[in-house]
Amino acid sequence: MINLSINNQKISVEEGTTILDAARKLNINIPTLCNHPDLCVAGNCRVCVVEQTGARTLIAACAMPVAEGMDIHTNTLKVRNARKHIVELLLSEHRSDCTKCYRNQNCELQSLANEFAFGDTIFLDLVEDHPYVIDRSSPSFIKDDSKCIRCQRCVRTCTELQHISAIAVANKGMHQKISSFHDKPMSHVVCTNCGQCVNRCPTGALVEKTYIDQVWDAIYDPGKHVIVQTAPAVRVALGEDLGYDPGERVTGKMVTALRQLGFDSVLDTDFSADLTIMEEGTEFLTRLKKVLVDGDKNTALPMFTSCSPGWIKFIEHKYPELLNNLSTCKSPQQMFGALAKTYYAQKKNLDPSTIVSVSIMPCTAKKYEADRPEMRSSGYKDIDYVLTTRELVIMVKQAGIDFRNLEPSGFDSVMGESTGAAVIFGATGGVMEAALRTAYEIVTGREVPFKNLNITPVRGMEGIKEASIKIEDCVDDWKFLEGAELKVAIAHGLTNANKLMRLVRSGEASYHFIEIMACPGGCLGGGGQPIPTNAEVRKRRMNAIYSEDEHMEFRKSHDNPDVIAIYEEFLGQPNSERAHELLHTHYTEREAY
Amino acid sequence: MKKRGLNKVDLIFEKVDLREVLTVAYNMPQAEIIQKVLDSGLKGRGGAGFPTGLKWKYTAAEKDPDKYIVCNADEGEPGTFKDREILDRVAYKVYGGMVIAGKAVGAKTGIVYLRGEYKFLLPQLLAELDEFHRLIKEIGFDFSISYRMGSGAYICGEESALFESIEGFRGEPRNKPPYPTVSGVFGKPTSINNVETLVTALMVIKHGPESYSQLGTKDSRGSKVFSISGDTPTPGIFELELGMTVQAFVNEFGDGDTKAVQVGGASGFCVPRKRFEDTIIGFEGVPTGGSMKLFNSSRSMYNVLHNYLDFFAEESCGQCTPCRVGCQQLLKGVQKVKKGEVKSTYLTELIKLADTMKVASKCGLGQSVGNAFKTIVENFREEIIY
Repeated sequence: MINLSINNQKISVEEGTTILDAARKLNINIPTLCNHPDLCVAGNCRVCVVEQTGARTLIAACAMPVAEGMDIHTNTLKVRNARKHIVELLLSEHRSDCTKCYRNQNCELQSLANEFAFGDTIFLDLVEDHPYVIDRSSPSFIKDDSKCIRCQRCVRTCTELQHISAIAVANKGMHQKISSFHDKPMSHVVCTNCGQCVNRCPTGALVEKTYIDQVWDAIYDPGKHVIVQTAPAVRVALGEDLGYDPGERVTGKMVTALRQLGFDSVLDTDFSADLTIMEEGTEFLTRLKKVLVDGDKNTALPMFTSCSPGWIKFIEHKYPELLNNLSTCKSPQQMFGALAKTYYAQKKNLDPSTIVSVSIMPCTAKKYEADRPEMRSSGYKDIDYVLTTRELVIMVKQAGIDFRNLEPSGFDSVMGESTGAAVIFGATGGVMEAALRTAYEIVTGREVPFKNLNITPVRGMEGIKEASIKIEDCVDDWKFLEGAELKVAIAHGLTNANKLMRLVRSGEASYHFIEIMACPGGCLGGGGQPIPTNAEVRKRRMNAIYSEDEHMEFRKSHDNPDVIAIYEEFLGQPNSERAHELLHTHYTEREAY
Repeated sequence: MKKRGLNKVDLIFEKVDLREVLTVAYNMPQAEIIQKVLDSGLKGRGGAGFPTGLKWKYTAAEKDPDKYIVCNADEGEPGTFKDREILDRVAYKVYGGMVIAGKAVGAKTGIVYLRGEYKFLLPQLLAELDEFHRLIKEIGFDFSISYRMGSGAYICGEESALFESIEGFRGEPRNKPPYPTVSGVFGKPTSINNVETLVTALMVIKHGPESYSQLGTKDSRGSKVFSISGDTPTPGIFELELGMTVQAFVNEFGDGDTKAVQVGGASGFCVPRKRFEDTIIGFEGVPTGGSMKLFNSSRSMYNVLHNYLDFFAEESCGQCTPCRVGCQQLLKGVQKVKKGEVKSTYLTELIKLADTMKVASKCGLGQSVGNAFKTIVENFREEIIY
């Protein structure tokens, strides 16, 4: 243990602790900016400088490990002067159009300015000296370098968490900037649109591309029937920006709010998540049969899940030779979209051209996914607009809805019913668990042998998880699987996905089924979720998701009455021709850089 | 303190029998080499002035069997060109210093990080290196040296940015600690020394610390190679004993009209005429990595300052706020003051900013921008304003 003193309070902490963390233990707040708990220490913004008695310079509390006998002061004149200067310097290179900014009132630079830089501006404006161009090329987000303060959180996110490096630091000195490969527009580089950078940007330099106005226009258009679907991870995070603590489930209030916003029908992505399980589970079992019984060399195993559009773009760029391993199933959002303008239209007797299909997602990559040319199997654009959790919060606020005091209500019928299996899609391991709950039962006729259906080995925040399940006493159709040991793996965050893909490509790993989610923690940690998102917040959202599952009437996808109905009335069997036409897709090899 | 006159020395470029010196070093215990360098009082010749013996001692104390000796030949300080001359004329002595350092700290690998603009020297340096490798093999050393080229970034002269560059990353300074002696290039214990330091260490082993430490003063032992430029009839490379006053220096190298000497390059200090007499060149006064630039009355100190600030605004790595933005603010600030677009009192704000940069920047670059800025603005305020 190391003994030191901070603001004359003695403390003893473990070796390797930073001054910042030691101070936090004493409830001494040191402001930070470039620091983010998910990322490596940068120590480059210098906002956290503190004074060490006897040291020539100030030291960055986030980057300096404690040492025996240190005497630290966090609020001396020297510290205050430096901090004020640093915040003023950052403001001088930042286009401060705060009142117009998407991040107004949720901006870390703005908060620091409130504390340290009110009153007269000290320094000269540097924004005018730089020829900034706003990059709006991505369908998912906007990159505005004039608001960038070079903290490099986005760069560290893209490199450390996602193994992409779509954005990197270019040039030096006054010309230093966060740039892309050859300075190309973001739509033309290897970017998965995952939005993890957007979630970590402390200012408005990286924000999602918003479609709020288009959605309002559709709602106000009397000729349009506007339906909305909400992803499972939204309901466990939405509350954070509406006055609740992380991890509070607000499903019922969310549904009421959406109705009050004026959507004609409030439906649930969980319905199509259950549908995904039916399609993907069947596809998986069919693949197993083709490989194990028919000896089909053209069928690829392990099969990879395909729900996460960031992951899809990643594999298209980085591992195109493994595209055949991807399930052909569309994501739940897109299955929903294809059915909204076919099945739903039919059931409600609506002209599909009058339907506007909106989805609320924890994700920015979903905006890109909805724009993919493959996603028009209804004959129309299957999903018209994708809004993030954050955008929904804005709409709720714009409409003046008193969210806390809303009466909870349930989803509308036809594609509104869901199960616990669908809810857990929002957490890493959830798709795998949901698939196993159904597939195991198809093969053996029995429920998965886990207490209360909770397949705990696939849960949790470990980067790569593995599990195996022994198949015994199969029903007649699946006798060929008798005694087989089904091996599965789960990765979340693309750095972990990359590790797993290397093992698959080299043949070192012999799994049958792999679930990948592009974002750390799965969708609950998506790029479109409330800011901040970090390990603690993700954990709370995860607990909320599993608690939602436990509270559901139905826990298995194949028990969903709406799903049973749609197969009876419309699709026939899972993986039927019609199902293939509407619910499955194909992938495109993309350049590696 | 006794003020010294000017005393020319010939140690760095002195011809030595390398086989003889290295044989002595080969048979000398590790601890003895370190002790001799400690006793000599030698401080790093790149400018920062860290005691070389201590650096070696710390590196030697590390348990990791993989250690590195890195020769910092990324000579980029404006007005410094002595390492080029040393490498051109006595590269074998640089290599000799590296193998001695290697013996002292227990390293088998040496890397010379050569300034990109000195690429023209590489063929002759490599030829000499082959010869050197043959020689030390004969003596019995297990040590080899390779070259890495810089690409023109000033910041890569900063030791940890230099390591990043060697490792193939963007040249950006690291957070310290850990210091290079614990975790340097490739995360291994590393002793990184300037070209001239390594040669001096070799000469300490050859002549003994007693003889070496007779030169110079208590805080600045020995001699130093100076790169002399500007308004002088005799520009060039000169090895001088440390501890002289600026006046003694100007008496020798000035053109009779010297109004200021910039000691230590763009990151160093401007000494005006009124301070020549009481300013010592050395660690007790104005330290220098060797750059000495003389200015006579025909020069505009505004232009001098503008030139330096322009340089720093370009050459900051851009990583930390005080340096990246601070340099731009200082540059734009003096431009506006000169044009009369802001009040001259704005210079006071800029001096405060320079103070912040000195204490809050991540590395030595940002921390030293204020040196030239403050000493020029404070001593030549009217030239900046009017």
